[in-house]
Amino acid sequence: MTALARANPPLTIGILILGCVLTFAVLAPLVAPYGVAEQNILDRLQRPGAKHLLGTDQYGRDLLTRTLFGGRTALLLGLGAVALGLLLGVPIGLASGYAGGRTDEVIMRVVDAFLSFPALLMALMIVTALGASTMHALLAIGVANAPGIARIVRSQTLAVKHEEFVLAARAQGDSHPYIMFGEILPNLLPPIVIEATIRVGFAILASASLSFLGLGVRPPTADWGLMIREARQHIFLSPWPLLCPGLALALTIVGFNLFGDGVRDRLAGRG
Amino acid sequence: MASYVVRRVLSIALVLVLISLIVFVAIHVLPGSAATLILGEYATPESLRVLEREMGLDRPFAAQYAAWIGGVVTGDWGYSLAMKRPVTAIVGLRLRNSALLAGFALLAVVLIAIPLGTLAALRRGRWLDLAILTGSYIGISVPEFVTGMVLILVLAGPSLHLFPTGDYAPLAAGLRTWLSHLVLPALTLTLVLLAHVVRQTRSGLVEALQSAYVRTARLKGATERRVVVRHALRNGLLPAVTVIALDLGYLMGGIVVVEEVFAYPGMGRLILYAIQNRDVPLLQVSILIVAATYTFANFAADLAYAWLDPRIRYR
Repeated sequence: MTALARANPPLTIGILILGCVLTFAVLAPLVAPYGVAEQNILDRLQRPGAKHLLGTDQYGRDLLTRTLFGGRTALLLGLGAVALGLLLGVPIGLASGYAGGRTDEVIMRVVDAFLSFPALLMALMIVTALGASTMHALLAIGVANAPGIARIVRSQTLAVKHEEFVLAARAQGDSHPYIMFGEILPNLLPPIVIEATIRVGFAILASASLSFLGLGVRPPTADWGLMIREARQHIFLSPWPLLCPGLALALTIVGFNLFGDGVRDRLAGRG
Repeated sequence: MASYVVRRVLSIALVLVLISLIVFVAIHVLPGSAATLILGEYATPESLRVLEREMGLDRPFAAQYAAWIGGVVTGDWGYSLAMKRPVTAIVGLRLRNSALLAGFALLAVVLIAIPLGTLAALRRGRWLDLAILTGSYIGISVPEFVTGMVLILVLAGPSLHLFPTGDYAPLAAGLRTWLSHLVLPALTLTLVLLAHVVRQTRSGLVEALQSAYVRTARLKGATERRVVVRHALRNGLLPAVTVIALDLGYLMGGIVVVEEVFAYPGMGRLILYAIQNRDVPLLQVSILIVAATYTFANFAADLAYAWLDPRIRYR
């Protein structure tokens, strides 16, 4: 670990932060001092103290508990959305790059059109069509991520499709799907992993934004974006309902960004 | 250059058509129908059918799209169901407000980020560089609604109250009032975007400073200032131009959130209003306008890039 810390500080710090976030998210039901929806109207908007370590929100719910549980929602949405983005984007990019010619041209024009929506706007549009919920937010952000992933995968496919191992597979009479997924895809894994790690942080940010706008996670689920939305009206009475989830959100995204950059340096360094 | 511009204009026209199709399909046709969106999920089938006929939703898809896009092109942008006014009468002012906000933010980003990035590159590896890099890392990672609300908490709170917490004042209310309403939302956008441009400027310049032409300039005895400004920055800034263009897309998403935080009456809040009120005609045109603006901004950035770097034109 110390050798890694010296060689790649971003990766080390990223792993440490994400390790904490993941641990707390997984253990939330065990370590949280209160129930996630437990209201205590007499203890509204308390400052941090002995009874509530990080204070309470406007319904008297424990902020430490809700911040811990919010991590579960954030990780679920961030990882889920990127997984969905990969599931859609990788086959599209792979097929487009591998087919080439007219097919590639048509697919890439459509991808360009999708890319010309700012990602959040794309997600807004999809959520509007489907209605606000956690699953729809995941779907919307996943779909919004797919065109960018498709573009990267396509350019990487173009770079390897004339390599000898592909030509050999063709000469041998392997089927196109086998060449795409069995021969080319394994060679694209490093750039895909880099792209995916970097996107998780942005996906968490996007899902928190949707929830903040009231178009993502619905109450009473604990979610950092939603907590910040609810903190708005009481911000001058107590800043803690804003600061706790805000800090957790920023720290998690910093963690993913550091981790992504670290992974990139490491994989790119190996060539 | 001319053939490059023509090629790009053609591809943009195609992309715009596709964008309009995506907007139309996503909002109009996919989930149940627009009539369900307007009447809510508990509407009776009869009332749905009546409204669908009124809105022309029972016609084939191609005919509906043609009627809509024809209207958009000829300036008939439809009628807002929630505001009971033509969409054209609503959009103009909001678009201007958003452009103002985005313009201020972009200007601040360019004025602050390029000197900061240059400074970091020149002090590479020292504590100032580390401080700027760390700051930009945090800037990228804090969502704009957190930044905005912390700014409100600190600068607009009852104790300091340097700025209003939100809303918008027309220029007629006085220059001070007008500006004071713009400062916090513009600052929020600036802080988020700053990080990207600082990092790109730094890495572009670091690369340029290690190049052969900078060594040549140094060897021929040019002053350090001349080496940096005339030789290194000119080339090192190219990637920053691309990042600023990419950031425009981020700006357009960010503006929705920032306008909501500061209750600023621009396109972003108009889109949210249209979503909340299930105002399909208003929503379609608003999203189309934002996406088209983004496309044109990207085009402008590409032109700037091609103009700055002749190698691009001949690809």
